Amino acid sequence: MKNNSVRNVVAIGIGAALFFVLGRFVAIPSGIPNTNISLQYAILGMLAAMYGPVAGALIGFIGHTLIDLSWGGSPWWSWVIASTIVGALVGLVSKRLNISEGEFGKSQIILYNVANVVANAIAWIIVAPGLDILIYAEPANKVFAQGAMAAVANILTACIIGTLLLLAYTKTIAKKGSLDQE
Amino acid sequence: MSEPIISFKNFGFQYRAQKRPTLYDINLDIYPGERVLIAGPSGSGKSTIGNCLNGLIPFSYTGECTGSLTVDGVDAPKSSIFEMSRHVGTVLQDPDGQFIGLTVAEDIAFALENDCVPQDEMRETVRKVAEMVGITERMEYAPHELSGGQKQRVSLGGVMVDQVKILLFDEPLANLDPATGKQAIELIDDIQKRTDTTVVIIEHRLEDVLWKNVDRIILVSEGRIAADLKPDDLLSTSLLTEHGIREPLYLTALKYAGVEITPEKKPAHVDTVVLDESDKQKVRDWFTSAPPVPAKPERPVLLEVKDVTFGYNPETVTLHDISFQIREGEMLSIVGRNGAGKSTMSKLICGFEPLTQGKVYFKGKDVTNDTIRERAAHIGYVMQNPNQMISKTMIFDEVALGVRNQGLSEAEIREKVEESLKICGLYPFRNWPISALSFGQKKRVTIASVLVMGPELIILDEPTAGQDFKHYTEIMEFLRSLNDQGVTVVMITHDMHLMLEYTPRALVFNNGRLVCDEASSVVLCNPDLVKEAALKETSLFTLANRCGITPPEAFVDRFIDADREVRDNGR
Amino acid sequence: MAAKTVLNYIERKSFVHDLTGVTKLAFFLLFTFASMLTYDTRVLLGLLIISCLAFRFSHIKFKEVRFMMVFMLVFLLMNNIFIYLFNPDQGTAVYGTRHVLFHFFWRYDVTAEQLFYMFNVSLKYFVSLPIAILFISATNPSEFAASLNRIGVSYRVGYSVSIALRYIPDIQRDYHNISQAQQARGVELGKKVKLWTRLKNVVTILMPLILSSLARIDVISNAMELRGFGKDKKKRTWYMARPQKRNDWLVIGFGVLLLVLSAVITFWDGDRFFNPFV
Repeated sequence: MKNNSVRNVVAIGIGAALFFVLGRFVAIPSGIPNTNISLQYAILGMLAAMYGPVAGALIGFIGHTLIDLSWGGSPWWSWVIASTIVGALVGLVSKRLNISEGEFGKSQIILYNVANVVANAIAWIIVAPGLDILIYAEPANKVFAQGAMAAVANILTACIIGTLLLLAYTKTIAKKGSLDQE
Repeated sequence: MSEPIISFKNFGFQYRAQKRPTLYDINLDIYPGERVLIAGPSGSGKSTIGNCLNGLIPFSYTGECTGSLTVDGVDAPKSSIFEMSRHVGTVLQDPDGQFIGLTVAEDIAFALENDCVPQDEMRETVRKVAEMVGITERMEYAPHELSGGQKQRVSLGGVMVDQVKILLFDEPLANLDPATGKQAIELIDDIQKRTDTTVVIIEHRLEDVLWKNVDRIILVSEGRIAADLKPDDLLSTSLLTEHGIREPLYLTALKYAGVEITPEKKPAHVDTVVLDESDKQKVRDWFTSAPPVPAKPERPVLLEVKDVTFGYNPETVTLHDISFQIREGEMLSIVGRNGAGKSTMSKLICGFEPLTQGKVYFKGKDVTNDTIRERAAHIGYVMQNPNQMISKTMIFDEVALGVRNQGLSEAEIREKVEESLKICGLYPFRNWPISALSFGQKKRVTIASVLVMGPELIILDEPTAGQDFKHYTEIMEFLRSLNDQGVTVVMITHDMHLMLEYTPRALVFNNGRLVCDEASSVVLCNPDLVKEAALKETSLFTLANRCGITPPEAFVDRFIDADREVRDNGR
Repeated sequence: MAAKTVLNYIERKSFVHDLTGVTKLAFFLLFTFASMLTYDTRVLLGLLIISCLAFRFSHIKFKEVRFMMVFMLVFLLMNNIFIYLFNPDQGTAVYGTRHVLFHFFWRYDVTAEQLFYMFNVSLKYFVSLPIAILFISATNPSEFAASLNRIGVSYRVGYSVSIALRYIPDIQRDYHNISQAQQARGVELGKKVKLWTRLKNVVTILMPLILSSLARIDVISNAMELRGFGKDKKKRTWYMARPQKRNDWLVIGFGVLLLVLSAVITFWDGDRFFNPFV
């Protein structure tokens, strides 16, 4: 396609809007008291896998910044950067996944899930707590515990819901390319 | 005669993903300052012609062009989308997709910003254009604060800043209420006269476009040009009906009455069609020849809404003091302009929003405090856009979703789903993926997935929006057959034809109030009400007046009955 | 209206509103970085005073932004509790001494260092709060994209932000409608249903939302291209951009000065923390 750059601009904008709406207004109880499922990371994983690292990073960055701003505080940059890194890292495998062709077989499912596990682990267990210690000098065990919780939760959301979404999505486009309209 | 501004020569196009070409051998010249309507059923290729003009084809939708296309001196298929946008301004069908800026002024300025026009010059141009399309009062408004018609004005302004010579409208009436649609046609007419641009309108709603003059109608069918005629000439043929386009109702009525339509009669407008005394007599005779239709016995009340007042927040009241009854086996329309409270009313009936004041009774039982799910067992709701309802990939699973959540056994589920699929004529497709279905079939899937819950009443939001006459008829006849099987059907609609033809009764909303609860024919023969609620008079009303028939609503009813009979026997 | 309420923009006539979006964005970033950099109590208190003064200048009333304040205060309280629970001696780790005020139970002593440390953490968050609220409430979202572009971000990225702001209300409404229609079909997300079912139900609701959003991407990118977006690789002009005036440069200069000053004061003695205990 020739117009990829315009399409990417729009995909980033709409992706960030989706990230925002799910992260800000949609609260699905996770089973653990007072914690909600962060659906936005399923969308982030899915869109990054479709649109690549730059789009993934920007969706995470813009979406997360807007959520923090809308709550009224200054964005918590260490976690915003973590979201950015998730999008970027998952996006790295987008070329090998090739979702837009409508394929999502066993090897791609594995690749997608591995990418999400690695990306979320790096972002929430290394980057976010590391920056928290650096900037806010918070107790290490506290931020690592928080980071680990976030990692587990976001990995589960991104892997389970993200995989289900991609499976359903790729089925809807599987028929294209062979349309014979009467 | 001057040089054509648009010239197709032996032009053909095939999308990359499709096996056969969409356009064959198009030869068409359009001259500067002309107003041309391109009509045709969906899938005929009329939108493809439009996309060739603005460069989306072949630069965004790839495929193979044959022959030649010159637009304003440019060899279009070898140019670029940016080059084409200097010559052709496109107003897309979806006003929300085209409204990109955060406010009106920014959106109008969008193309200028991309051209790196300095700010002073930009503000001046935006002001002028806003004046021309009549939106100067609302420059700071966000899209959500505007009506559909206002958004369309902004879209038009946004393409006019480029001083294009050609304006292209892709189904401009699809998302508008009837009165706004009329104004849109007036606006297009007015802009054309003032700027002397060439106007190309793609639309299948012929009667609505003909509200103002067009010079020519190009009828497209199966990728070819089936007719290229002046409106008066085309309307005197039977080509429209043959190609699945609905002809204006007054012409159908005249034909039923045995009046012969010729170009000399100037049939393009109901106000000016030439009718001599013998023609009028024929219409009157046809009117009085009808056997009286026996009134149907009154059935018991199914749903009653009593004294409902509602607001999404305490400051704004969306609905004021609404009361009405719906009887078993009825088929009725809810009409009114966007934002009049129609959708809110249906959400309240379905229990989507908690009621603050008033009661809802179903079969005499108070269901005001029932949950969404409890109500869903009796009342089904079908959204306008089937794509917003469908979440499974296979038809069977989609329809089964609602009953699966009821915890039935697999055998019971299968039985219920298959029954629902049979009613909707989808049984042979039960193992198909939904992605292989047409829009109309998807709509049926969503209806099947609601019917499976066994509701006695279903509410449909704009069941036929964006559908051509063939698909419209398909969907509506299907709903009528459902109705014959005992399901009460309520529709929210902007389509005055639908309201007249299929729903004997209409609820008219305006500004959050129920302003009229009457027979559809009576509603559309009441000019004051039509104006107040942004509806559109039926041309049958005008015809009845011109022939001196009173009351006009009786004439409308007579027509609907006759038309029904013709179609039932025709099948 | 709805687009404005996403970020709670409050229109008003004031010194702060008169500054351009670029100025406010730059000052906001400079100020936040200054507050992230320092842990010096004196610097933090100084920044807090400036922050509160700026809020006064904006003529925005406290009650208009109360919900944001309350939200942040609750957040701060929770954060402090967690810090204490996880490490009651973080203060000692930071300041090197240990003055026990009284004993709770087990390992939980209350030390002067811990209290002072937690006071500083809270201060650090709280300092940028008025400035952040100000940035959101006094900046017209229409200026965002232009401002980002002006401080060096590519105009395409700037426009992505604008598109996000434009379509958030639409997507929110879609989500609401879709979830209502699905609830009528028994798709529930509440605590009553089992976790696995809940997850599957989430997919049931997200699928139509995502598919319609993806379709929307196509329509919007077509519309943008038809109106020449991306014509010029490097630049575009902005209808809503405003020229920088003298006050703008002064405020930005002040922001730079704050950042430098707080860095200098903070690291003068080679320690990021102000330590009253030695």
